[in-house]
Amino acid sequence: MTPYAYIIALLPLFAFLMIVFFLRWKEQVSALFSISMIVLGWVFSLIVFFETLARHGEPYEAFFYITSFAGINFELGILVDSLTAIMLMVVTTVGACVQIYSVGYMKDDPRYSRFFAYLSLFTFSMLGLVLANNFFMIFIFWELVGLTSYLLISFWFEKKSAADAGKKAFITTRIGDLGFIVGLMMIATYAGTFNYQGVFAKAVGGYIPAGILTMTAIFVFCGAVGKSAQFPLHVWLPDAMEGPTPVSALIHAATMVAAGVYLVARCMPIFASTADGAMVVATIGLITSFIAASIGLVQNDIKRILAYSTVSQLGYMIMALGLFGHDTALGEESVGYTAGTLHLMTHAFFKGLLFLGAGSVIHAVHTNDIQDMGGLSNKMKITTWTFIIASLSISGIFPLSGFWSKDEIVATTLHHPVFFVGTLTIAFMTAFYMFRLCFLTFFGKPRDHHRYDHAHESPKVMTGPLVLLAVLSVIAGWWALPWLSHGYSSFVHFGEVRHEGPNYLLMLISTIVAVSGITLAYLMYYRRSISAEKAAERFKPVYTFLYNKWYFDELYQAVIIDPIMKVADLMWNFDAKVIDGAVNGSAWLTVLWSDVKLWFDIWIVDGAVNGSGWLVRQLGGGLRYLQSGSMQFYALFIVALIVLIAAFKFELVSMATSWPFMTLALALGFVALRFYSRITAAREEAQAGSPNKEKL
Amino acid sequence: MIYYLALAALLFAIGLFGVMTRRNAIGILMSLELMFNAANINFVTFNHYLGGNGMAGQLFALFIVVVAAAEATIGLAIVLLIYRNWRGIDADNVSIMKW
Amino acid sequence: MEAVQPNVGFVFGLFAAIIITAALLVVTLKNMFHCALALIVCLSGVAGIFVLLHAEFLAAVQVLIYVGAVCILIIFSVMLTSNLASRQIVQTNQNALVAGFASLMFGGGALLLLKMHNIWPQAGPALPDDNVMTIGKLLMTDYMLPFEVISVLMLAAMIGAIVLARGESS
Repeated sequence: MTPYAYIIALLPLFAFLMIVFFLRWKEQVSALFSISMIVLGWVFSLIVFFETLARHGEPYEAFFYITSFAGINFELGILVDSLTAIMLMVVTTVGACVQIYSVGYMKDDPRYSRFFAYLSLFTFSMLGLVLANNFFMIFIFWELVGLTSYLLISFWFEKKSAADAGKKAFITTRIGDLGFIVGLMMIATYAGTFNYQGVFAKAVGGYIPAGILTMTAIFVFCGAVGKSAQFPLHVWLPDAMEGPTPVSALIHAATMVAAGVYLVARCMPIFASTADGAMVVATIGLITSFIAASIGLVQNDIKRILAYSTVSQLGYMIMALGLFGHDTALGEESVGYTAGTLHLMTHAFFKGLLFLGAGSVIHAVHTNDIQDMGGLSNKMKITTWTFIIASLSISGIFPLSGFWSKDEIVATTLHHPVFFVGTLTIAFMTAFYMFRLCFLTFFGKPRDHHRYDHAHESPKVMTGPLVLLAVLSVIAGWWALPWLSHGYSSFVHFGEVRHEGPNYLLMLISTIVAVSGITLAYLMYYRRSISAEKAAERFKPVYTFLYNKWYFDELYQAVIIDPIMKVADLMWNFDAKVIDGAVNGSAWLTVLWSDVKLWFDIWIVDGAVNGSGWLVRQLGGGLRYLQSGSMQFYALFIVALIVLIAAFKFELVSMATSWPFMTLALALGFVALRFYSRITAAREEAQAGSPNKEKL
Repeated sequence: MIYYLALAALLFAIGLFGVMTRRNAIGILMSLELMFNAANINFVTFNHYLGGNGMAGQLFALFIVVVAAAEATIGLAIVLLIYRNWRGIDADNVSIMKW
Repeated sequence: MEAVQPNVGFVFGLFAAIIITAALLVVTLKNMFHCALALIVCLSGVAGIFVLLHAEFLAAVQVLIYVGAVCILIIFSVMLTSNLASRQIVQTNQNALVAGFASLMFGGGALLLLKMHNIWPQAGPALPDDNVMTIGKLLMTDYMLPFEVISVLMLAAMIGAIVLARGESS
């Protein structure tokens, strides 16, 4: 099966295409089709898993060469090793559970089949992401995952908050992807190939300069920061709770956010070659984890608490992987790789369960606010107890799966005091807020009786996956029991197989921390012996700060979004006024120019024509009087001219140049002519009607 | 010699003045006769002082006399006609071809 | 007996004065009859000039034809057409001033020209004594054509005058 592992990814794609093109209006059929495809995928993943297990995690690579550009080969391929096998199982298992759960949860939704289409598309993207064997391919699927998460978060897009949340998720992860792209470009430049094996060989072999390697590592990590909602790009995950709960379970608990962790795990050869880069990774993981856990302490929305819990746990994983890379780069031993990936798997199960359980509660009481809940354990037994199991698991209580993975993570931090203290603090906070959530939701007196009366257990199609995930939450960690010689760590490892014996002291410490957290929550919210309200009063500034999510959203709004909107406004103004102004202005200029030409045409062109006519008229008007009809006048004229010509010809009068005087004489003659004609005309007027006019 | 020519010129100028000025048509004709005579004097003078080649000048003057006579005849006939039509021979009135 | 040599200059001056005066009278007098008489005097003076220039035949012709025929004809016309009674009729038209000026310029110009280009001789060659016979001979030999043409012209003028003067009653 392994050579055909890509079929696992293509099955959900096939489901998506079928639903989109053919099954849109057949809701039950599309749900059935989608679920059957993913269950089939689960079966195939299982086969691949066992095959990989038989190979002891030897990577299997197969690819299909597409083209070569600028010296880099572009190929489509699959790489199946232990990490891939784990991820395949996680994605298909949680995906199948979520799809089956959605049959009940989204039952009355008008866009039912579209939801399943989106889920299938998302599953395809995620499976492609984990199967990819080169950075180019993983980037394609990276973006696809981002797209489908946008589609799914803003599924109920009639609600403005949902549409905004979708945009926020997409844009924030896009910012991380920008760093990822830069990292990819650096990889292409310095490694000359996108293929994992090729790049890692170059990175480990020292062909890439150390500074460049660190920068590359950090840039690639940017992608993980965006996708896995690490600080400072963590702001989208809590808002993404606007989507339907199955979406939250699938994407924001189990799979999509795990893509970042997967990326860091996959690129471990890079991180393990640069101690500084790995330390950056670990630090960001710790900071994220702490911030998210602190915010989760005081939230009242059930899904938001879980969202911050997810961010916090992701921080754990990132931190573990980072510390591993750091220690390995410095030549020390570390269990971080095993710890991070193990936690990835167990977290997928119990966080998925927590979300689905929360969805079940929401479905029952139609509210997200835990302050309106209470005492639901009486009404929803299965939901309650699966939820409790998941909470115990996340708090790290022996012998649930969460205990083993959290223990590994604490073990990773042993050589780093700051991280050690931080991890234990965060573990305490995690236990506290999870059980605060449990006690407030399921126990105590119901605070809203109306909702309590209407609450009922969810249908089997919803509770079935809850039970399944609960079982997995319990047993999934047993694979990694330290007493096992060929357990998890011999399958998923980096470098040599590292096997450590059980550290009982460590187990004790982490248990004490977890139990104390649970006890505090018990005292505050079940027994009410410590008042939560009084604590909030006493630490009012801290409470407000935490309640408002450390004011991150406000900060980003003021620093980034508002300036960008202002720039957009400026651009719009520029476009409307300057560019449109230029267009309008050129039109105005054209009109103006045509006016000028009109003036020109009327006054100059027509003027010339009219003017010549006017001139002729004036000349004629003057010269016609020469035709006086009187022969004596003609004779006089002739004589005058003869005199003039003779005067000039025979030089009777000495003149230097003749032509000005000739002209002058002519002009004077013309004036005299006008004068004479005026007089003649006047005289003619005086003699009323001359008999000459009559015919002979 | 130039005295004769000067005389002729003067006579011609006076005749010219008369042609241009006289209202009466017959007056114009009389002034015209003056001009003719001035030309005659010129011819004869040249014949006397320069024209040893026969009597060309005098003959020409003779012809001028004849022509002038013929022309005076016709002119006066026309004047008579005008008189018949307009009861007056004011040259100012004979200006149908005016503007 | 020796003929008394006349002072040509004096005689010329006398005749010149007569001619000029008479000419001025012709162009300025109001009474047409007086104008005609002045014309007769002027033409007679011209005949005298001809005699001075040894053109006796021409002088005779001048007196005979010009004075005797043309001027009589003019007097006839004057009698026939003018209303002599009126003394208020102005005989010069409105061009007088400018015409006078122009003729003055003309005359003055001609005189100036003559003065400037005084290229003619003071005395000329001798002319044949017998004026009449010479002219008669020339008319019949060298100047036959003009003679005949003139005859035709005279004929035409006569016929024309008769036609014109006859009027519409035919």
